Amino acid sequence: MSEDARFGLSRTVTLPGPLRLDGGVLLSPVDIAYETYGTLAPDGGNAILVCHALTGDHHLASNHPRTGKPGWWTRMVGPSKPIDTDKYLVICANVLGSCLGSSGPATINPATGKPWAMAFPVITIRDMVRAQAMLLDHLGIARLFAVVGGSMGGMQALSWAATFPERVAAAVVIASAARHSAQNIAFHEVGRQAIMADHRWRGGDYYHDSDPPASGLAVARMAAHITYLSEAGLTAKFGRRLQARDAKTFGFDADFQVESYLRHQGLSFVDRFDANSYLYITRALDYFDLAEEHGGTLANAFRGDTRFCLVSFDTDWLYPTSESRTIVHALNAAGAPASFVELSSPFGHDAFLLESPELDRVIGGFLQNGTPR
Amino acid sequence: MTLRPDLSIIAATVQPRTRVLDIGCGDGALMAALRDRHGCDARGLELDARDVAAAMGRGLSVVQGDADIDLADYPDNSFDYAILSQTLQTTRRPDWVLDQLLRIGRRAFVSFPNFAHWRVRASLLFGGRMPVTRLLPVEWYATPNIHHVTVDDFRAFLKTRGIVVEGCWFLSGDQRTGSAMANLFAEHAVFLLRRAE
Repeated sequence: MSEDARFGLSRTVTLPGPLRLDGGVLLSPVDIAYETYGTLAPDGGNAILVCHALTGDHHLASNHPRTGKPGWWTRMVGPSKPIDTDKYLVICANVLGSCLGSSGPATINPATGKPWAMAFPVITIRDMVRAQAMLLDHLGIARLFAVVGGSMGGMQALSWAATFPERVAAAVVIASAARHSAQNIAFHEVGRQAIMADHRWRGGDYYHDSDPPASGLAVARMAAHITYLSEAGLTAKFGRRLQARDAKTFGFDADFQVESYLRHQGLSFVDRFDANSYLYITRALDYFDLAEEHGGTLANAFRGDTRFCLVSFDTDWLYPTSESRTIVHALNAAGAPASFVELSSPFGHDAFLLESPELDRVIGGFLQNGTPR
Repeated sequence: MTLRPDLSIIAATVQPRTRVLDIGCGDGALMAALRDRHGCDARGLELDARDVAAAMGRGLSVVQGDADIDLADYPDNSFDYAILSQTLQTTRRPDWVLDQLLRIGRRAFVSFPNFAHWRVRASLLFGGRMPVTRLLPVEWYATPNIHHVTVDDFRAFLKTRGIVVEGCWFLSGDQRTGSAMANLFAEHAVFLLRRAE
């Protein structure tokens, strides 16, 4: 398998498609950037797809080729880790609509030879999943041992089980939801409006010069970043402490540490992310409503024999425990094998990416149970 | 692995390869035994997150939830057995929970500590204090047992509801004890129930 150029780090494939999108558009071709770790078993039965969150990428467990930073989930994925790359072939693909290697508004529209910008079709979570299914076809993987994701990745995992039940033996859904709430949509709309209000956005047509709507995107990130943390976490980390000064300045500098921190989060984000991609992916999240896709009854989304593992965190107010419980109730009503636990963490939504021995144990144990014995 | 005596009785009675819902499953000891020894499809419901995580670490399908609320979501007759061990007396509405058990399961196992055991009676009669015993080890203000029940209370309740007793077992310590004087000598009771047709 090591000789097979389809497998390894920093792969990109251009699939001819066409991919029929939920919005009715046929997308062709479809670029997908992805990485694989480990080796596909001779029977092809050990593949795990890990789905990333809103601004994530496919550098799951390897150092980023440009920044040199470790992958975003190295504490979960690797040799002898809960998602054990000695046992499983692990795949992570950059989502459709992103700016980090897969087709999105910043990639070239073959019809014009210019970046798509806002001519890129609006996509959905299910479209992301369909693109991943095309990638699995390309890799020769008929059925996934498991699909795993947190946050937007968890929505993809749910959508996988609902759209391709015969291709998913198990789904792990962490800190996620089966639909975007009004509050979720509201926060995203603040972010989108911040981008569009930046005069450099220019209707999305900013790729020809190096002057993107960085201020708008930074504000969008700042607003979103608050939703990833908890009040208790912010209080513990910053409280009302002042930033490198002894007294308030009676001005509008970043007097408070929390202001300085958020500004830093916003500024560092614009270096790695495209504003239009942010519009498209937040739209895909807002459109997500798995029950709506299944006649209004969430239980109808779960008609396969997929096993489910759901985890929420008690301080996550972006996708709170009640959202996971809604999914669990539907899974119980559908008679699907399901596990669910609410773990305790002070870190809010971000907890799923942080050190958590309990999460490791839960995911490791859940995956182990599916191993053919 | 040694099971608690009441769980041993349940494990020995459950038919192989059946579907079982263990309500208040703890760390999943009974579920694991039913899966590994009898090939059962076992699911669990447990309130305590640490226990749920431990059971999930064993590869069991366990949902964190509250019997008083979450049983309503399980479809009718979706299990061969619904098991409620050492949990009935901790629920807010034991009667509702029992109805749910017999709705979800074709049969139900219920085990509970007998509040009419002679040691409990003696403690209250002579000590004048709420009993703290081996099976009821917690002081009155901290106990999770909010609906104490005796063997005779339970039998009377089953009778008024027309629930059929398919089997009953009584324990004193780890030893089986007779049915006739169970209300006095059993520390612990296990009932196998089904709905009247």
